[in-house]
Amino acid sequence: MTYITKPQLHHPLLKPNALGFTRRDYEGSVSTLCAGCGHDSISAAIIQACYELDLPPHRIAKLSGIGCSSKTPDYFLGNSHGFNTVHGRMPSVLTGANLANRDLIYLGVSGDGDSASIGLGQFAHSIRRGVNMLYIVENNGVYGLTKGQFSATSDKGSKSKKGVINHDAGIDLVSLALQMGATFVARSFSGDKAQLVPLIKAALSHRGAAFIDCVSPCVQFNNHAGSTKSYDYVREHNEAVNRMDVIPHRDTITVDYAPGETVPVTQHDGSVLQLHKLAEHYDPSDRVGALAYLQSRQALGEIVTGLLFLDPEARDLHENLGTVDAPLNSLTERELTPGAAALAKLNASLR
Amino acid sequence: MQRTSTEGPDYFHKVVDCQWACPAHTPVPEYIRLIAEGRYSDAYMVNWKSNVFPGILGRTCDRPCEPACRRGRVEDEPVAICRLKRVAADNKEDITGRLPVPVAVSNGKRIALVGAGPASLTVARDLAPLGYELTLFDGEAKAGGMIRSQIPRFRLPEEVIDEEVGYITGLGMEVRLGQRIDSLKALLTEDYDAVFIGSGAPRGRDLDLPGRQEAAANIHIGIDWLSNVSFEHVDKIGKRVIVLGGGNTAMDCCRTSRRLGGEDVKVIVRSGFDEMKASPWEKEDAIHEDIPILNYLVPKAFTHENGKLTGVTFEKVRPEFDDKGRRKLVASGEPDQHFECDDVLVAVGQENAFPWIERDVGIEFDEWGMPKVDTLTFQSTLPSVFFGGDAAFGPKNIIWAVAHGHDAAISIDKLCKAEDLTARPPPGFSMASQKMGIHEWSYDNDPANDGRYKVPLREKAQALKDVRLEVELGFAREMAYRETQRCLNCDVQTVFAESACIECDACADICPVDCITFTDNGEEDDLRGRLSAPALNADQALMVSGELKTGRVMVKDEDVCLHCGLCAERCPTGAWDMQKFLLDMTHAGGSCR
Repeated sequence: MTYITKPQLHHPLLKPNALGFTRRDYEGSVSTLCAGCGHDSISAAIIQACYELDLPPHRIAKLSGIGCSSKTPDYFLGNSHGFNTVHGRMPSVLTGANLANRDLIYLGVSGDGDSASIGLGQFAHSIRRGVNMLYIVENNGVYGLTKGQFSATSDKGSKSKKGVINHDAGIDLVSLALQMGATFVARSFSGDKAQLVPLIKAALSHRGAAFIDCVSPCVQFNNHAGSTKSYDYVREHNEAVNRMDVIPHRDTITVDYAPGETVPVTQHDGSVLQLHKLAEHYDPSDRVGALAYLQSRQALGEIVTGLLFLDPEARDLHENLGTVDAPLNSLTERELTPGAAALAKLNASLR
Repeated sequence: MQRTSTEGPDYFHKVVDCQWACPAHTPVPEYIRLIAEGRYSDAYMVNWKSNVFPGILGRTCDRPCEPACRRGRVEDEPVAICRLKRVAADNKEDITGRLPVPVAVSNGKRIALVGAGPASLTVARDLAPLGYELTLFDGEAKAGGMIRSQIPRFRLPEEVIDEEVGYITGLGMEVRLGQRIDSLKALLTEDYDAVFIGSGAPRGRDLDLPGRQEAAANIHIGIDWLSNVSFEHVDKIGKRVIVLGGGNTAMDCCRTSRRLGGEDVKVIVRSGFDEMKASPWEKEDAIHEDIPILNYLVPKAFTHENGKLTGVTFEKVRPEFDDKGRRKLVASGEPDQHFECDDVLVAVGQENAFPWIERDVGIEFDEWGMPKVDTLTFQSTLPSVFFGGDAAFGPKNIIWAVAHGHDAAISIDKLCKAEDLTARPPPGFSMASQKMGIHEWSYDNDPANDGRYKVPLREKAQALKDVRLEVELGFAREMAYRETQRCLNCDVQTVFAESACIECDACADICPVDCITFTDNGEEDDLRGRLSAPALNADQALMVSGELKTGRVMVKDEDVCLHCGLCAERCPTGAWDMQKFLLDMTHAGGSCR
């Protein structure tokens, strides 16, 4: 919580993007989260990514549920559409909005409580339906708003601030997303924007269900020794499998990495992801391999980060349903009620 | 880069750009906050201690602080520091009770001060409370020097001079007015323990052009003419006036002319408009009074008829730049231009003149006729004689004279105590955390977005009628308050303790001006290029932390920091703190002993 609003005065060299907006134009109101909260860093990364992608703020819809993480859409993209839904129900509201207007860019923001406990079912179904969105979970492994109980993503054996050991198995949202058929799956860390910003950019450019699990330390209740989601623990156990540059389709591609180490992946919108391999045998196009790798590293206490799986040829909900190209909310009575002759023809085709 | 050393007074002093730029190092943000609180007398005393003439400087200072002001790099214009100083002077209560009281017992040392201008008066102010027996000589009937003789009354009312000069002469000293020293040798026979020469740069340069002698009756030397106006020996001038020269004296000459009957007054300058020596605001004021400024015209001859001036002929020139960017004025080849006029004021510079210093008293002079003066101690080659103000290193301005005076006073005090003059202690300073509560600071950390407020002026027609009527009305309290809110409080420093940092990025994320970066260390040039916002202003320091847990360093570019304290508010571990840096300049006596 900060009492003054962020001064409007900015750096004189602050550059506008292709739309004429500076990074500051993508900010929201000032955060009321605790000082040092990882979620604020994720907000800053989202701001940076949208600015760099030249996204028009009025074409973005940000949706969230309930919790510390779900408060954050207030703190970025102040000129975008926003919907703060019921606890755990963000995915279905987002799905509905996406069905009604497929032209917006959908950003679902949730937390480990909102997505791994009360909203687990909603999370799974929005992913398996292939809703075209970026679903980002700001994962701190703790119920911060209610003063530090374990959440469903707390690792078994980790210790609470009060010294209690967690005996329940933790839910790994990344593995779940892979199993549910997500076509873009990544994990990152709020304390590593160099990794996080390109992942958000790539996920926003992806058509289909993109999921990012972002470990985000709760400075107040989950940043102590014995926690597996503290700044220190994540930094010590972070195993990044790759690094990425996102190159918008309009820019020429110059590869300055040794061949063999960098894999270019072209997405639907023409943007190219330059993936720089860090883990030698990791292949982000292999869903089964990714799952196996994640499990094996997790057993060693490592936190695997980076772009974990990508299907650049993914289909989305609208493609699966065969909806028209125009957003459904733009269809008028003329298109929706074609008249008795058309109805008779349809009926005849079903006989 | 090495970890930045912020110990000692210099690092944080330099961050306070205004204070660093001020020759007397006045704690500007400190007094601006006092004005904001309505504590005008306190604000005045902060100034008085440091620059001795707050009411005078608040109207006339060359304000080196303002071009340095950080606000001017964040948005269009700096804080109106100078005119806020005047607000403190205008609104203060009676402060005579807060001045030092005259010392009853002399310390037995006698000091002569030659010339009662700002340099000598500063020496007197610093030495009188220490018990020195001071004798202040001046050729004019009133003390003040160039403050009284050269600055027009419509910029600086007489009562302001009387008041502030009076505060000093009231400290207990012998003031011998109307007594011009015409022989240093004679003065030295009077057995003073030290002599301070603050006699200014009293000689205006002349232009020896054809017609100068013939038309002499209507060609005046700028500073002499201003002085004659000030002392009421002159009260009118012709309708058409040409002022030659582009400095602040020229601006005073033309504006004074407009008030003494000059209707068609022009300033004609050799150089281009931007290279003129006059401060931008003084040029603005002249233009506001319907005085055109004509550039690239070099005076060639005064024209005259029957022994009376008829005008001035000028050669038209244009600038040419050589490989090194040095400017040369070359003839443009166009025909000469003639401007008719009734009077000419020559304001093309002023010089030092020491005809009264015998060359055999032991003071060495250089090839330009200037005394050899030590730049640290202000001592001449005759150990008991000191120089300061314009008399020391040529024409500068009041605030430099004050700074010289402070330093010369330290030297004189040390000389009289038989101490080493070159052993000068650094200024004292304190750092005080401004943290009051979790998100509460004892300073107003929310900078206003307002643009610079303009000082209201008297209506032009009325202002031009009377040369003694002050043209600037000064900020009213309400407007002054709003102007104070533009100050960024650069003296409230961002202090970083790397041992507490957990590298959560909160400070870097919240910083409104992107001045904080966590990155791998490197050489300065390399680092400057790869910060969140490139640090292109090499005059501004980078504050680099020691190595952090991840092996990176925190780099803060001081250039455009708003000192809003949001980094410290968002810091979960208190690695950032906002601490007020207060400098205590070394003056004679006290810590210097």
